[in-house]
Amino acid sequence: MSRGLPHHGVTAGKVVVYLLLVLASIVYLMPIYVQLITGMKSFQEVSLSRMWSLPSGINFASFVEAWFGEPSQGIRGLSQNFMNSVYLTVPATLISAFLGSMNGYVLSKWKFPGANILFPLLLFGMFIPYQSILIPLVRVLQQIHLYGSRAGLIFVHVVYGIPITTLIFRNYYATIPDELVEASKIDGASILQIYARILFPLSVPGFVVVMIWQFTSVWNDFLFGVIVTSRPSVQPITVALNNMAGSYSVEWNVQMAGALLAAIPTLLVYIFLSRYFMRGLLAGSLKD
Amino acid sequence: MKENSRERLVSMSLVAPSVVLIAMFVYGFIGFTGFSSLTKWDSFKPDFTFVGLRNFARLFSTMPTDRFLCDIRNTVTFTVLFLLSSIAIGLFLAILLDRHVKGEGVFRNIFLFPMAASYIVTGVAWRWILSPGNPQTGATGINQLFDKLGLSFLKWGWFTDPSILAIPRDSGLGQFLSQIRLGGLASPYIGVSLAMISVVIAATWQMSGYVMAMYLAALRSIPSELREAARIDGASELQIYRRVILPMVRPVTLSAIIVLGHISLKIFDLVVSMTGPGPAFATDVPAFYMWDTTFRGNNFAQGAAIATLLLLMVALLIVPYLISTNRKEVSR
Repeated sequence: MSRGLPHHGVTAGKVVVYLLLVLASIVYLMPIYVQLITGMKSFQEVSLSRMWSLPSGINFASFVEAWFGEPSQGIRGLSQNFMNSVYLTVPATLISAFLGSMNGYVLSKWKFPGANILFPLLLFGMFIPYQSILIPLVRVLQQIHLYGSRAGLIFVHVVYGIPITTLIFRNYYATIPDELVEASKIDGASILQIYARILFPLSVPGFVVVMIWQFTSVWNDFLFGVIVTSRPSVQPITVALNNMAGSYSVEWNVQMAGALLAAIPTLLVYIFLSRYFMRGLLAGSLKD
Repeated sequence: MKENSRERLVSMSLVAPSVVLIAMFVYGFIGFTGFSSLTKWDSFKPDFTFVGLRNFARLFSTMPTDRFLCDIRNTVTFTVLFLLSSIAIGLFLAILLDRHVKGEGVFRNIFLFPMAASYIVTGVAWRWILSPGNPQTGATGINQLFDKLGLSFLKWGWFTDPSILAIPRDSGLGQFLSQIRLGGLASPYIGVSLAMISVVIAATWQMSGYVMAMYLAALRSIPSELREAARIDGASELQIYRRVILPMVRPVTLSAIIVLGHISLKIFDLVVSMTGPGPAFATDVPAFYMWDTTFRGNNFAQGAAIATLLLLMVALLIVPYLISTNRKEVSR
């Protein structure tokens, strides 16, 4: 009907496109909606028959309980574990980024013989199922007295973060012209001087991408946390949240509030730095 | 010349710590795990008595448990459904967003933000949403929503439903298959575990935005002249997509299959937080079984065998990809 009038066709098509996009958005936002409304309900209001209805008012009691716990009922709060995750994620992210930057620099600007074979061998480490290294990992950590501690967990994240951080930095430095490096070489600058004077000052976007990537994956990790730390006082928030959710004495509203608390740091990073977050994601798929 | 060799030494020593760590913590550890899988080590105390492939043989038999056979079935179910749904939804959303809509950034962020959450958070949220309810509480979660919307026929047990869609051995088809010597196909281990659908929904919610981002980047890199030329030739929008655009984004589909495929083979956190092994291992997966038998059951050799098989499956997918990516780069 609109074949002769392309403008009408476009409008009708646009309406359908928007309708589909809004519908999809509702589905994608639904879990957050459920978490928010459930977390904000008072304890009297949490009845299963009204789980989809809005709370009568804004009530943060569930968040308070998820954060501080209810010691009289033996329910641990997440506050300590939240801070554990902060103290774990920040150093692990910084060290990983630094190592990745060094490796990426050498592997893109100072290729030594065998570097092209070494690189895929390093990369393989980011795809392995970590189950295939857990048994010796626990034994070695026990022997070097890092098992069960936050330092041990930081160490593990740094080691298994090497492949992805190296990949992102190598691809990033590949976009910086070799001529810049060559010119400094002729001027007699050493490899470390070139890094400090030329590459490092240009690395800020690379560092942002890598740090966002490492921050999210270390914060969100569960497997290393549950294997390396067994004491609740050391465990990261993902492990504590899973324990909380698995306990039958914890009500749904507290679980949902806890889940939101655990998600807030990475969601904030995502909201404010989504452009860089995307770049990290696309780098993670080996495409650049 | 002398200067050069010194710089070379410095450059190699800069990457040396990482190389040593990866050599030991990836390759050395994999070797140790592979070795352990051939031993008798089945208690807290290491016992490296060589037993050959016994631990592997046990996994593929129904005695003492058929758990691993269930796991393989569930992994196949999960991988196929998760890849299909994520790629279909991701591509669909990318095509919608590619039409220069207003507020594109907002929509893109909405579809992508689940990527930022951990699988544990996702699992906790979806476990509640998909809780089917029981006779005492009445319908809960999505089931309750179905009731309210008059769609009660859609209600079902979600991740609590142990049903397996498989060919029954005593059915007509099952008997026919056994007559043509394909009776093995009529098995509860060759089928679809319906409870896995719940895990697929949660995983698709989390990962489809990523697929969308990959496709959108590819769609944006297609020169608009190509579409214009096709339009001038009188091609309809549908034809343009089928004949021009989809063939051009095919490499993205391959990337998506590899990235999502290796994630789905390794899926662990989501199963832990959402369902656990499920009724009759309906949602059990190899990564969970490995963790369970090794760190809860202290059966280290058995766990090492599962881990080795898991690694082999992932390597089959990843190694050809790494080799071809590397070759392309070297020849560039």
